[in-house]
Amino acid sequence: MLMDKYLWLIPALPLGGFFILALIGKNMSRTWVATVGAGSICLSALVTFVVGGAFLSGMPENTVYTQTLWTWFEVGEFSAKITLSLDVLSLVFVFVITFIGALIHIYSTAFMEADRDYARFFASMNLFVFSMLVLVLADNLLLMYLGWEGVGLCSYLLIGFWYEQPTNGNAARKAFTVTRIGDAAMAIGLFMVFQQAGTLVVSDIGANASVIWQPNSATVTITALLLLAGGLGKSAQLPLQTWLPDAMAGPSPVSALIHAATMVTAGVYLVARMHTIFALSETARLVVAIIGAATLLLAGLTALTQYDIKRVLAYSTISQIGYMFLALGVGAWTAAVFHFMIHAFFKALLFLAAGAIIESLHHEHNMFKMGGLKDKMPVVFWTFLAGAISLAAVPLISAGFYSKDQILWYSWSADGGSPVLWAVALAGALITATYTTRMMILTFWGESHTHIGHLPGKRMTVPLVVLAVFSVFAGFIELPHNFGHFTLFSDFLHPVLPETAMQENIPSEWLFQLLAALATLGGIFLGYYYYYQQPARIASLRQNGLLVRLYRFWFSGWAFDALYDRMLVRPFVFIARINKSDITDKLYTGISGMTGEMYKLLSRTQSGSLRWYIMGLVVGAILILGIQIML
Amino acid sequence: MKTSVSAEVVVLLAGLLFALGIVGVIIRKNIVFMLLSVEIMLNASGLAFVAAGSRWGQPDGQVMFVFILAMAAAEVSIGLALILQIYHQHKSLDIDNLKEMNG
Amino acid sequence: MMLVLLITVLMAGAVVAVLAGEWNRNFPRWIALVACVIGLLLVITLWAGTGHSVADSQWLMDYRKEWIPSFGITFHLAVDGLSLLLLALTFFLGVLAVLCSWDEIRERTGFYYFNLLWILAGVAGVFMAMDLFLFYFFWEVMLIPMYFLIGIWGSENRVYAAYKFFIFTQASGLLMFLAILGLYFIHGRDTGTYTFGYFELVNTVIPFKTAFWLMSGFMIAFAVKLPVFPFHTWLPDAHGEAPTAGSLILAGLLLKTGAYGMLRFVVPLFPEAVKEMAVPAMVLGVVGVIYGAVMAYSQTDLKRLVAFTSVSHMGFVITGIFALNELALQGVVMQLVTHALSTGALFLMAGMIKERLHTRDIEQMGGLWSPMPRMGSVGLVFAMASLGLPGLGNFVAEFLILLGVFQAQAWITVAAASGLIFSAVYSLRIVGKIFLGPRKTMETVPDFSPREMLIMAALTVSVVWLGLFPQPVIDTAKPAITELVRFMDVQNTASHDQSYVK
Repeated sequence: MLMDKYLWLIPALPLGGFFILALIGKNMSRTWVATVGAGSICLSALVTFVVGGAFLSGMPENTVYTQTLWTWFEVGEFSAKITLSLDVLSLVFVFVITFIGALIHIYSTAFMEADRDYARFFASMNLFVFSMLVLVLADNLLLMYLGWEGVGLCSYLLIGFWYEQPTNGNAARKAFTVTRIGDAAMAIGLFMVFQQAGTLVVSDIGANASVIWQPNSATVTITALLLLAGGLGKSAQLPLQTWLPDAMAGPSPVSALIHAATMVTAGVYLVARMHTIFALSETARLVVAIIGAATLLLAGLTALTQYDIKRVLAYSTISQIGYMFLALGVGAWTAAVFHFMIHAFFKALLFLAAGAIIESLHHEHNMFKMGGLKDKMPVVFWTFLAGAISLAAVPLISAGFYSKDQILWYSWSADGGSPVLWAVALAGALITATYTTRMMILTFWGESHTHIGHLPGKRMTVPLVVLAVFSVFAGFIELPHNFGHFTLFSDFLHPVLPETAMQENIPSEWLFQLLAALATLGGIFLGYYYYYQQPARIASLRQNGLLVRLYRFWFSGWAFDALYDRMLVRPFVFIARINKSDITDKLYTGISGMTGEMYKLLSRTQSGSLRWYIMGLVVGAILILGIQIML
Repeated sequence: MKTSVSAEVVVLLAGLLFALGIVGVIIRKNIVFMLLSVEIMLNASGLAFVAAGSRWGQPDGQVMFVFILAMAAAEVSIGLALILQIYHQHKSLDIDNLKEMNG
Repeated sequence: MMLVLLITVLMAGAVVAVLAGEWNRNFPRWIALVACVIGLLLVITLWAGTGHSVADSQWLMDYRKEWIPSFGITFHLAVDGLSLLLLALTFFLGVLAVLCSWDEIRERTGFYYFNLLWILAGVAGVFMAMDLFLFYFFWEVMLIPMYFLIGIWGSENRVYAAYKFFIFTQASGLLMFLAILGLYFIHGRDTGTYTFGYFELVNTVIPFKTAFWLMSGFMIAFAVKLPVFPFHTWLPDAHGEAPTAGSLILAGLLLKTGAYGMLRFVVPLFPEAVKEMAVPAMVLGVVGVIYGAVMAYSQTDLKRLVAFTSVSHMGFVITGIFALNELALQGVVMQLVTHALSTGALFLMAGMIKERLHTRDIEQMGGLWSPMPRMGSVGLVFAMASLGLPGLGNFVAEFLILLGVFQAQAWITVAAASGLIFSAVYSLRIVGKIFLGPRKTMETVPDFSPREMLIMAALTVSVVWLGLFPQPVIDTAKPAITELVRFMDVQNTASHDQSYVK
């Protein structure tokens, strides 16, 4: 059965929820707000299952569901339509958005219960889900840009949700502005694409890319890099990563949904969606890979030093998205999308669990003030553990292992891979395991430092458990080539994303898996050793001046904030401030001032002295006569 | 009784009188004397007209002189009236003390 | 005849209002409202009546009568799609301007509404006049009542602002009049018929050098009105000091007359000079975009801030006009309409906040979301509109302009795109300073009254509608724009003897 005429329902339901809540949410009871808010997303998830199921069953390959709703605008040869299109790639994203979105909404109904702006929260969340769905379902880049900016707006609204705290508002503003820098570059990228391809429809561009662009030409590289800039902003990659840690000012479900599972991976989606352009430019792909590798290392090291649990998770998110960019850069498109999905499960889980902890500990974010929660909050502990082993990529038993191992393997062996990229990724794996262990031990073991309030209820724990199950088992849909060679997920994506091209003469995959496992275990041991077995060692490390300075440097996020502050923000504010009264106005006030001065000068001659007047008269007459005689 | 004086000499005299008048207007501080100087200037120009009329043998010069006489009479009467008013109001005929309309 | 009616209904309403104001000070606002609503209905019927089936000619309606035949001056009104859109905007904003002055103006209401309607009549005339003398006449008609509006009903520094506004527009208007006369005499000398008629003058063959100077005369008048950097400095003062309705009309309509003048007169009259000046003009536009945005960021007076955002947005307009292709010109038309709505709404909001807090200083606001969630949401929508969020009308406009400019001069688009970042910076500053953060004052502030809600809802719906369904506007303007583009293309290839109209 063809279900494509119901496609519009998937984004329309959250939009409907948004309108109801935005218009009359103030007058609705909390139960109704929760029902509408979470219900719209659950319904949307349900429609996704139905439509997605129909899409998958009995369809020939390469089928795409498209549904044109109306023509947005049409000028000359330019035409943009509101057209939704569902293919396997967008299906993965739609599934993650609606399914995880629904779980997070259910969780939020309990988490935000006490907040006075309950309706505003759900309205913003619904609008976010709508925008995100538009982003991934758009069949042309302009509609995608609509979703792209829409999620940015919702991110702004939700980071600044508790707006009375000035720091929250500033964090929201920072997030929007920094991502906007990438968006502006992306807009220029759209103009370039249109100028060269004459269309913004993704499938048309993809089909004709090799005709439109010369491989490795400067134009295709510039186009790809401009599009990439948009992705870097949204996905918080170097050099636009600074907004994400501050974005943790929002409520935890927001961090889970927007800043871990969905919006921050929009950059991954964009690059994967436009892979035909990136495939044509080796330089662009190399840039993607290098940025990914650099980001994952930098963010991982920063995560090691943080003490706010949400900031650890934020830097870990940046780092994990770095892995996805690395995979995209080396041409392992499916591996990136696979890691995206697994990461969405376990990172959403970790944020939700962290939110539950923070809520129970009266809004305490500092891990050093937690501790000993293992027995007091067992459900949270076990689910958090499931997420943590997936994040640390504990071999064989976690989903994260399968997805990350694949990236590690490709970062050496794929066409664009190299030993250096692999080494960075491996080091990143070690660091990931270390900071994950550190976080686990500080939070759940040791003595408890803070009194525990009420424990999370069913509406919060059920989503945790569901996500925990996925975090552990979802990896089995894609097993490495050397054991099982079970490639359900990548086969599923191949209608859209090409196979990863491999190098020749590569070492055995077993070796890589062994090294990856060792890195993980080594990282766990390091964390265990320093934070559980020998905590005194940390104190002795603190004596070393060099290490302390390094620690401070990492802790500040490699001083990027200070750098941007000095380089961009302060000069801008300085210029704006000194020019507040508008220097160009001086031109006109200057003219009027000059007129005034002239008037004063001339009025001095009007002294009232009759004899001077006559003198002037006579002199003038003589002058005129003289001139006349002379000529 | 016919002594012929060349027109040039008369015009020179007129110019001299006119210059004297101007100097008088400029250097005198008393308004009455200034008015007097203006009269001298008027008469100087009248003299120039008469000389020119006799030089060209035209009656226009004398017509103009009569016109100037009439005008001078009118001017003097208004001027003296104004001076009287000024003296009433300011108790002074010094033109430098009457600088009110500056600026 | 309908076109004359559009102007007379406003002028007659104005006279009746000032007379009725002697009786009762509540009469004038009702009369003004009725006059504007009648005008709006007339425009809508005109729009509906012509439909979109205007394939053969760009002109929808024409009215012509001799006025001063000895000088070749006619009373000639005509509308095409572009005029029609701007007329609809005029009357729509006219209704809103009357509504927003409803309680704000309590003194000399008769004369106030007289001025308001007289400005609207002038603006409507400017959008319809097809005789250059008549155009100049209406150009001046809208000027003097605006001077009174600012000078009498403005805030503290109103007299200075009114003078500045008057001198800037009047001086530049005189330059335009000189250029009109120059054109008149050149055309008369060449053809023997002395006329101010637009359709005759548009085919005048002018030597390049002369054309350049005549164009400068027109351009300066329009550039001051638009305003283009560096002629913008009257705008913040005028906006800042004008009453709310004055700011609304200034931003929504008077600025648009500058852009309209460029589209209607400068480009068709002096095609070659325009092409020659295209790049410098676009650069000025981009400088305006960035300069206005930076200035907006630095302001603390809310109305001055919004005024500088206008400078920034109007920079896009001039950049788009001189890109001279269909995409950019359609974007310009959209920008004219959407900017009127979004900036108008921000000015209205500034006025409403001032009524409540008695200040325009954003440093003294803050945290207003909690007492006024409705105003907060609406304010957010319009801040987003001004930063060009997709889904709202301004995005369509800015996107089309930038896309069109990219085809003409790619590097200019790159520079102008930085305006997207700066616009985000100042728009979020507006939202942050007014609505977010802790409360600065503890006095109770009421949320929107029903009247205010009606105004804002009308604007919000319009701007969202234009963002999602902009096609009717694009289609309406299309004949005029394609004709203009075709004419410029013809100019590119052939020589002068191609005619612009008919």
